[in-house]
Amino acid sequence: MANFYLDNKDLQIQFEHPLMQRIILLRERNFAEKTQYDYAPQNEADALDSYQRVMELAGEICGEVIAANAEGVDLEGPHHEGDRVSYASGTVENLKAMQAAGLDGMSLPRRFGGLNLPLIASIMTNEMIARADAGFQNVWGLQDCAETLNEFGSEEQKERFLQRTVAGETWSMALTEPDAGSDLGAVMLKACWCEERNTWLLNGVKRFITNGDGDLSLVLARTEEGTSDARGLSMFIYDKKSGGVKVRRIEHKLGIKGSPTCELVYTDAPAELVGDRRMGLIKYVMSLMNAARLGIGAQSVGTCEAAYQEALKYAQERQQFGKPIIEFTAVNVLLKEMRAKTQGVRALLYETARFVEIYKQLESKSKERRLEPDERQEMKFYNRLADGFTPMVKLFASEYANQAAYDAIQIHGGSGYMKDYACERIYRDARIMTIYEGTSQLQVVAAINAVTKGTYAEQIARYAAEEYSIAIQPLAKRLAKLNEHYTEMVERVSQIEQEHIGFKELHARRLVESAGYLLMGYLLAREASRHTNQYSESAEIFCQLAEGKIAEAYTRIKHSTAEDIARYNR
Amino acid sequence: MNALNIVVLAKQVPDTRQVGKDAMTAEGTVNRAALPAIFNPEDLNALELALNLKDRIPGTKVHLLTMGPQRAADIIREAMYRGADGGYLLSGREFAGSDTLATSYALACALRKLNPDLIVAGRQAIDGDTAQVGPQVAEKLSLPQVTYAEEVVEVGDGSLTIRRHIDAGLEVVECPLPAVITVTGSAPECRPRHAKRLMHYKSARTASEIAAEADSLTAQRIAEKPELHIAEWSIADIDPDPTQLGLQGSPTKVKRIENVVFQTKEAKRLHGTDEELEALIQELIAAHTIG
Repeated sequence: MANFYLDNKDLQIQFEHPLMQRIILLRERNFAEKTQYDYAPQNEADALDSYQRVMELAGEICGEVIAANAEGVDLEGPHHEGDRVSYASGTVENLKAMQAAGLDGMSLPRRFGGLNLPLIASIMTNEMIARADAGFQNVWGLQDCAETLNEFGSEEQKERFLQRTVAGETWSMALTEPDAGSDLGAVMLKACWCEERNTWLLNGVKRFITNGDGDLSLVLARTEEGTSDARGLSMFIYDKKSGGVKVRRIEHKLGIKGSPTCELVYTDAPAELVGDRRMGLIKYVMSLMNAARLGIGAQSVGTCEAAYQEALKYAQERQQFGKPIIEFTAVNVLLKEMRAKTQGVRALLYETARFVEIYKQLESKSKERRLEPDERQEMKFYNRLADGFTPMVKLFASEYANQAAYDAIQIHGGSGYMKDYACERIYRDARIMTIYEGTSQLQVVAAINAVTKGTYAEQIARYAAEEYSIAIQPLAKRLAKLNEHYTEMVERVSQIEQEHIGFKELHARRLVESAGYLLMGYLLAREASRHTNQYSESAEIFCQLAEGKIAEAYTRIKHSTAEDIARYNR
Repeated sequence: MNALNIVVLAKQVPDTRQVGKDAMTAEGTVNRAALPAIFNPEDLNALELALNLKDRIPGTKVHLLTMGPQRAADIIREAMYRGADGGYLLSGREFAGSDTLATSYALACALRKLNPDLIVAGRQAIDGDTAQVGPQVAEKLSLPQVTYAEEVVEVGDGSLTIRRHIDAGLEVVECPLPAVITVTGSAPECRPRHAKRLMHYKSARTASEIAAEADSLTAQRIAEKPELHIAEWSIADIDPDPTQLGLQGSPTKVKRIENVVFQTKEAKRLHGTDEELEALIQELIAAHTIG
């Protein structure tokens, strides 16, 4: 009986984090709903207990149902017949199981039928789903769209659409077009107001739309005639029941085959405006993308875990030279580093989820009443951290997922290259993660400001100032030493950038990654102080890894001159 | 059809699928401490069949009835998480040591009080594998019984049409109500727990549990919400003939228990000569495999 929550102590530990208390109070608005809904918690302990029970339930569905279906879904894939898409039979079963367990609309407010669980729980569910089947996470994780509608939609729209999410209807997020991928400002899909029919009508083409034939979609479209940039774009909600959208084709992909990727043709498709015109990309999609990036972070961490578990199992079973291959150092080096990286980036994922949760809850509170000055300050504080941490999670988690998948096949040897083992599917699934929802290169662009404006440095200083157990103190000292190198690198790059524009961009990835190693190093040190057995080995290994990586970045930056700007440009 | 009152008979059992070295005590009894206590698997199939009827017939209520120690209340909560309306825990020293006859007697007494329209049970429990309790209950209550049921294919007026999974294939029978149905493991799996029900019914308690709990908040919550109250019945609630209960009411006597360890041996290839076959038969008889 596989349970992806109960077998993973890293996940259970998240509910012991000191910030949980604050998160619960904000989420539950001081338990205002405790008499209104029989499943609302009565107090903090009750809330924590409920969260953990629901995670146990989700872990069971992932371990028992979704994992068992993963191979079949990968083989069968979705079907495109006529203008419509139908899922692989295993995907249908997965959706039914999530619905039967009441897990849809997990973080939506109770007044729409949701469970009102904190973001940390839905992120965790996404991680566990991805561990079972990364492609199914794409379909289920698109419930992020409902969160976005909850944030920006009118009360009337929320009432109509959010309950349908809770009832199991699926979402898609229709942003990308043939000529608008990373550059979403170039979106051309046209939205015109039709007096006669008293609705907006959408016309044009969208491409690479995950779950494009889902029941509901958020669509980015151009409302302002004559514009050609982000300021002319607005966000719409499209209900498949209205008709007007055809699936022209579905893509044949390397991996995540369970999730249908559609090309959509809009012909006078009726749609409703969400929020204000012109704010589509600038405000709403940016927020949606941040949520989606965290979602892909969770998907990637789940993929790391899946790869690690497959590799570990194989290394324990496979005998060569008269003993299991796990007894060879060369194999163990791969396994131990996989585990350290997985635990490091997982710690970063949940830290980020806590930051996002607190600032989003305060923001939503600010719509109910004026925030107190200290609350406003708290919101700004966590907003800043969330903005800095989100691209960092996406960057590292997706790269680590690929490294873990690569190493998992390596440990399987020739067998891993065959279709007989799950690591082959995991490897194909992982490849897209460094690309969609913003490539790794774009995550660096999103993160570099947090380097130059000091967001990371400030947070590193806060971590450094925390108390560490005696056993971990030497490690904390080594991290402090690394931080000196990081500071030096940032100073050198900023200094040269002042006279030679482009130097910062050239070294941006090195700086962002160095900050990431420090943050994850400290997070693991902190976890190792609290939960020695679970983390001390990974904390040490990750610190060694960080020392190597930061030394490399340090050398490269130290020896790099302004001439390199031209050298790496055309 | 009018709304039904359905009672599902269920048992909390040691998970014998996870038997290890220490599954049996030195005395030859099941070492309950070494095995996790679970909802008997086929009773979950039975629960699903009942919940499916609840989905199909508006107003239908499903309650669990289990006989066992205090901790058996866990399976009543488990059933509530999955959709049951409530449950009855039949508990007390007098019931200890019951064989199938005494168990079915006690359950029949309780069922007379509950007077349901339909009784559903798993075919058998994985600890005893007797498949006797369901049929015995039907006999004691003089009700028709449908064994090896997989699915209710049709709900008639005062009757159910049921598909049975039997040795030679499938059989469809119609049965008047009230009746007893026993459900096989090939029936649809039970639906999962539901997150909202889980968060609500986790506070469901029996009176003994409330008394033993330090947390007065739970007690207060149960007082406000009657659906969180798990009925706890003792011998006094079911008016039995005490001589037919527990050890006293159990004619089954365990004479001896043998610990049999199966071992895989190397394969043996036979060529089909009469001598070989004769030798094989002798070997199998000697090993008590046949004969």
